[in-house]
Amino acid sequence: MSRIGVFICHCGRNIAEPVDIPAVMEATRAIPGVVYVDENQFTCSLPGQDSVRRAIVEQRLDRVVIGACSPRMHEETFRKALASAGLNPYLLEIANIREHCAWVHGNDRPAATAKAIELVRMAVAKAARNQALFPKEIGVTKRALVIGGGIAGIQAALDIADAGHEVVLVEREPSIGGRMAQLDKTFPTLDCSACILTPKMVEASQHPLITLRTCAQVEAVRGFVGNFEVDIKQGARKVDQEKCTSCGICWQKCPEKVPSEFEMGQGKRSAIYIPFAQAVPAIPVIDTEHCRYIRYLKFNEDKEEGKAPPQCRICEKLCPPQAIDWEEEDSLITEKFGALVVATGYKPFDPTVYEEFGYGHYPDVITGLELERLMSASGPTDGQVLRPSDGTPPKTVVFVSCIGSRDETKGHSYCSQTCCMYMAKHAILLQEHDPEVQSYIFYIDIRATGKGYEEFSRRAQEEAGAQYLRGRIAKVYPKDGKLVVQGEDSLIGRPVEITADLVVLAAAMEPNTGAAEMAQRLSISYDSDHFFVQAHPKLRPVETQTDGVFLAGSCIFPSDIPQSVAQGSAAASKAAALLNRDHLVTNPMTALVDPLKCTGCLQCVAVCPFNAVETQLSREQRTLAVINEGTCKGCGLCVSACRPGAIDLRGTTNQQLLAEVMALW
Amino acid sequence: MSPATYAYYPGCALHSTAKEYDVSTKLVTKALGIELRELEDWICCGASSAHTISRPLSISLPAHELVSAGKQGLPLVTSCAMCFSRLKFSSKEIQDPETREMVGQVLGEEVPENQEVNHLLEVLSREEIPVTRSLSGLRIACYYGCLLTRPAAVTQFDDSVENPQIMDRLLQRLGAETLDWPFKTECCGAGMLIPRRDIVIKLSHRLLYQARQAGANCLAVACPVCHSNLDLRQREMRSRYGDHFDLPVLYFTQLIGLAMGFSPAEMLLDHHFSDPMPLMREQGWVKKG
Repeated sequence: MSRIGVFICHCGRNIAEPVDIPAVMEATRAIPGVVYVDENQFTCSLPGQDSVRRAIVEQRLDRVVIGACSPRMHEETFRKALASAGLNPYLLEIANIREHCAWVHGNDRPAATAKAIELVRMAVAKAARNQALFPKEIGVTKRALVIGGGIAGIQAALDIADAGHEVVLVEREPSIGGRMAQLDKTFPTLDCSACILTPKMVEASQHPLITLRTCAQVEAVRGFVGNFEVDIKQGARKVDQEKCTSCGICWQKCPEKVPSEFEMGQGKRSAIYIPFAQAVPAIPVIDTEHCRYIRYLKFNEDKEEGKAPPQCRICEKLCPPQAIDWEEEDSLITEKFGALVVATGYKPFDPTVYEEFGYGHYPDVITGLELERLMSASGPTDGQVLRPSDGTPPKTVVFVSCIGSRDETKGHSYCSQTCCMYMAKHAILLQEHDPEVQSYIFYIDIRATGKGYEEFSRRAQEEAGAQYLRGRIAKVYPKDGKLVVQGEDSLIGRPVEITADLVVLAAAMEPNTGAAEMAQRLSISYDSDHFFVQAHPKLRPVETQTDGVFLAGSCIFPSDIPQSVAQGSAAASKAAALLNRDHLVTNPMTALVDPLKCTGCLQCVAVCPFNAVETQLSREQRTLAVINEGTCKGCGLCVSACRPGAIDLRGTTNQQLLAEVMALW
Repeated sequence: MSPATYAYYPGCALHSTAKEYDVSTKLVTKALGIELRELEDWICCGASSAHTISRPLSISLPAHELVSAGKQGLPLVTSCAMCFSRLKFSSKEIQDPETREMVGQVLGEEVPENQEVNHLLEVLSREEIPVTRSLSGLRIACYYGCLLTRPAAVTQFDDSVENPQIMDRLLQRLGAETLDWPFKTECCGAGMLIPRRDIVIKLSHRLLYQARQAGANCLAVACPVCHSNLDLRQREMRSRYGDHFDLPVLYFTQLIGLAMGFSPAEMLLDHHFSDPMPLMREQGWVKKG
């Protein structure tokens, strides 16, 4: 017979008021195996923990049950108390008589008391069958992978590298820099975005511990915290990085011009190109979809009908160091990492679903990011803001907030956080470009909560003369070469109509293309909008439920630059703390397969959300499931999916669950 | 292929102010081999009044038509946008068992759970229409009105709320050019004519202005109220805004009829206030002089 000690916590009046504690104690004393029962005002307090420790020693307890709050709160605290009294910490059981009982049955004392007694009885039954468990140690690969080369990823890479660990920074575009590289000026200080970003890009490319992989994508992730194995697809540039001197002759002379992604389709780039002047690396890439010679090769290979594209090869002929390499193909690289930082960023919402606003229909209806490129000195109009339709400078500009934000019917329910501020910035900058410009801003609420943000927003109104109109717009339609914006001023309760030269839609920020697939590769959770889910929204903001995978920037939620940088640094500090350790201690409460019962159906492989089930051949060459203890989270899905009942969960065995249920009768 | 027989709910306007819609509908459907069986005991759908004063009334009035069509075992078709809207709302509301029971008590009859409701535009857009007179030369602004597409979850009319295509595609098949214009589903003012004539004139004027701006030489409509506001009020628009539109406003059924070889007189084109005859003469579809 085991010697079980039970400690009932009052939690001040949280438990003691709805639950009759003396009655619970009296009932508990009668349970076979219970040799000691005590109560505390706060068992989690230092004196409370001491009373548990003392009782373990004096009463020679071999199991402990604590009736208190949820194990999510203090399980760790009490496990440590057991360990310091010389008892294996996994011989602890917690009966949650606060969240599961006192808090939900506050107005029915007899029922709450009866339920508390039952919960304690169940915990005692389970505790009697608890076994000592022992964590294992696993090694750590002291390298980090950062996925996404925007400002959040760059910051994370720099901070991890500065902490002394090797970093690989993977970016799928030809240059790092991300969305921030596309911005003209940044709120609320109006410093030039490129001027503050490019030094960081250069630093990342020159840091001895950082390896940049651009045109590269993460294909598959295996393994677990400290020991990830990642397949990276390195896209072919078809330009030899060693030979290329970035002289620029190829992209100046290439005859094939296509809309530039970096310029949001508003300018042209050539088929061999660097996305923007300060690109890092400044090695051009050949766009195989548009390159004439590659199209010519493909034409011959596929034996297509019609006229063959020309065999251009001008870049090759003109390249002084002969760096063009038509033979280069995509390759797959497999590398090991101890920690992963995901910073895959955002893409702008496509406003064409708001048909009534005519985006994509009327050229002078543009998005905020498109306006950024028109304002940028290195943009398609050399920094002159001109109407896309006729190239004239706009004098009346209407901004519309919340396009795809705060609108469940056509977009997302959330607020994109940055739009109120960048609309204010645009109004200020437009006025600086041309003092005759009058801006109108339709808003729902002005959300200016950061440091210096409210002042900045007021500056747009007071100094730049922006007219803020509270309300949504209903329609945009063309009239005599201009755009009529119909809306509502909800403060005066009247419809308003503004004849504008340019309409700028503040498109929502949404997770980047492929976010859900990335989350699945990494075994991390994502929400209904496809933002990645943090381990805890307040207390673990840059961690995920998968150990060793950290998050930064707008892949979590729309973030502005200061937030993205802070999250990049935070994720880096978490990753570095992990990489600083030589060994990791695993959670011993993992699943265990009985090889004699396993039929090799591998249903467990299909249900495991953490890729923790591996396969192995038995001596008789039978396929068997084996749990990787490093990756297993002990969720128990495989246990319930296992048809022959070959899998059990250490610390919550089928026997223990049954004992808990039996304790109710 | 759609079933060839429908229960037909004309609604009140089709027997009075929109007679030309009713007549053209009957001629066209007959020629296409579609049988329209007019509901024998049809009553008012409640229109814009019922749902502003009583929810049970606004669901029960159209439900009476649903019950009636259900008894015949036929899909229901209506040509009026308001009737269509009310029928669709009612059939959505009675999906809820409690509401269905309530309506059943009001009507004293069992209410069918799933009664198909069509607008005539939906029915005719599914048909192969034999064209004997191409509508080429007509530059049509298709005007759908505010009710057919809204709310999308209720009417499930077309893919697009703001820029529907169903009438455009139908008339294109008949040889007409249809125009891309931004006011296809804006409000014409509808029944506000009675209390606030000025609003209707303003809204309808805006529609015709935009249609003309887009280069239209006529409008096609699918609602008797839209028709009366746009057709009848052009003279008032002229005195208020000084715009001489003289834009013929035709029912889409009349245009189908013309394409199928019916004469403008058979389609009652002479019943309109904004005279379509100059356009008909220009097209060579009636004799000059």
